[in-house]
Amino acid sequence: MTRLLRSAWVVGRRDFTATVLSKAFIFFLIGPLFPVLLGAMFGGIGARVANQAERPRVAVIASQADFARLAAAREQLGEAMGDRPVAELVGVPPQADIDSQVRELLASKHHSVVAVMSGGFESPHLTGAIDKDGSVAGQMRMLLSAARAPSKPVEVTTTSRSSGSVDRTRAITAQMGQMILFFLTIILAGMTLSQLIEEKSNKVIEVLAAAVPIESIFLGKLFAMLATSLVGIAVWLTAGIAALSMFTHGGAGAIAQPAVGSAAFLILTLIYFAMNYLLLGSVFLSIGAQASTVREVQTLSMPVTVAQVLIFGFAALAVGSPDSPVAIAGAVIPLSSPLVMVARAAEKPELWPHLVAILWQALWIAIVVTVSARLFRRTVLKSGPVKRRWWKRASA
Amino acid sequence: MLRAQSSEWAVEAADLVKDFGDTRAVDGVSLGVPTGSIYGLLGPNGAGKTTTLRILLGIIDPSSGTRSVLGHQRPLEAAPEIGYLPEERGLYPAMHCRDAIAFMGALRGLPIAEGRGRADELLAEHGLGDWAKKPIRTLSKGMAQTVQLLGTIVHRPRLLVLDEPFAGLDAINQARLEELIRREARGGVTIIFSTHVIAHAERLCERIAIIAKGKVAFEGAVDEARAKLRPIVRLRTRTEDGAWRSAIPADARREGKDWIFELPQSGPEPLLKALIDGAAGIETLAIERPGLHDAFVAIAGDKAAAQMIEGAVK
Repeated sequence: MTRLLRSAWVVGRRDFTATVLSKAFIFFLIGPLFPVLLGAMFGGIGARVANQAERPRVAVIASQADFARLAAAREQLGEAMGDRPVAELVGVPPQADIDSQVRELLASKHHSVVAVMSGGFESPHLTGAIDKDGSVAGQMRMLLSAARAPSKPVEVTTTSRSSGSVDRTRAITAQMGQMILFFLTIILAGMTLSQLIEEKSNKVIEVLAAAVPIESIFLGKLFAMLATSLVGIAVWLTAGIAALSMFTHGGAGAIAQPAVGSAAFLILTLIYFAMNYLLLGSVFLSIGAQASTVREVQTLSMPVTVAQVLIFGFAALAVGSPDSPVAIAGAVIPLSSPLVMVARAAEKPELWPHLVAILWQALWIAIVVTVSARLFRRTVLKSGPVKRRWWKRASA
Repeated sequence: MLRAQSSEWAVEAADLVKDFGDTRAVDGVSLGVPTGSIYGLLGPNGAGKTTTLRILLGIIDPSSGTRSVLGHQRPLEAAPEIGYLPEERGLYPAMHCRDAIAFMGALRGLPIAEGRGRADELLAEHGLGDWAKKPIRTLSKGMAQTVQLLGTIVHRPRLLVLDEPFAGLDAINQARLEELIRREARGGVTIIFSTHVIAHAERLCERIAIIAKGKVAFEGAVDEARAKLRPIVRLRTRTEDGAWRSAIPADARREGKDWIFELPQSGPEPLLKALIDGAAGIETLAIERPGLHDAFVAIAGDKAAAQMIEGAVK
């Protein structure tokens, strides 16, 4: 056992230093920055375009005084609605023939309105290509009501949080936790796989296999990548906290505290990440042992990747309802268990389910790692096309 | 069955069989490598040499049969005392030479810091001192091969297993490698190497195993292999014909003016007497000990020998 672990340490240390000290690792570290930047950039542009496209314009045929009251009410509603589009108002002084004025306004490309309000505050009437009970009609009713009798300003006392706000932010934390776990695991399992293939093509694998038990190679590679990813996570966490401190009021404290507490959540997230990675990484390594080329790896790992995406989708159903039958089923199924439980940690305060889940996942890791290591041992030194070997086996 | 476990035999194997699907790569191989000897595994490409070595090292398990390496039934238990140079050389291209050597030592239990120190010494000894901190990918093929070889001896193994160590080396590096093998053997290290170049085995080995089609065709001392053949007589006479002709075998062949034939069972004296009495007019007469190549041809057959020569040329 000591020899197994010592050998795994030697193999793992080499893999770890080779990865962390490589130039590729810098790209790995800055990798998450690209989706964030792209998301922020395209999200901002998209929101602006959507806002402009969805903000309907309504012409209001009214006196200047009436329009001013309506515009003030609209201003208040706009502030209250935040980013949501509120109908834009265009004031038009009344003419002698209101009906023809309405028709002209609706046809006018200059004003480009969806509806025209006429009849003043006493008998308001909306004409245009809108639903009777749709958003535009509803907003205009509210604006008219507010403009007719402005209410007294409501006194507001701000508290740090309320149950409703916490539930929502915790659900977001749960989703974020799942996403981080999922993407990081997929990336790392893929990296482990690439390293193994490189090693097979370098023929280093035989040097290793002659010196140490194959299981040591398997464990060394698996844990080296785990350690590498923990370095990455540490860097990302530090950068994230620094960014929050710089760009948000209150720094990291501005984030809603997960149900189990921030420290426990962080520890649990790391544990679940390790569990998820060890489960998936073992499967990927045993796949890598069967393949000789990158193309074979891609073919063989595709079903596992697709299955993992489905599992991620299944685990996402548990967010917001941690005690539902789906969530419990997700916690029991080994491959979805870490994802479901990290979401639970964000939403529910009890710690004992995590202890049970960790033990359950550890049991499955032991099973998967043992089986994968055996498969790895049987196939890692073989070379040649996989299909032929399978075909030969089948026809034997 | 294995012989009694003793320090006399560094490696023993009995009836090793290895099947890969329908193909039998190794078919009942038995051999014994005396401690401190240089042992050659000879055979053409595809004869089963590499598979035999892999079984002996515990990289793969045999389908049946037993083996013992430095007294261990499980060869990996003896790994810290073994150095192995595989046929397909494998090094991490980005690794520095000294780190690569130290890493190979660490795999065999040598502390990494000690390994780096030893690596510096070995690299300097072999004229690669200036390359210690350069990545493997910058080395020539011969230099990389030397680095890998140094990685196999960095931890001072008791048993050195070299699979086709001379392949890909130029004549100078082949001579250096032969010298390194001799030096290690002088230091008490047991060395097993596989080759399809008979000349290396002839120069270095005390014992050999000739493997053909997965089977051991011969196993024993090099002299025993040679003894399978009778000494060769090379005779040149002044007369072309005469009574003396009855003294030489009917299957004697001509090489230029020389007659070549196996020394008769009766020995050199009766032959000499018959030649003199028959008035052969002996110009030259040489009795040559057969070479390992001749022994190999006699043992493994012409086809295997031709494959060996083909492999060596490649």
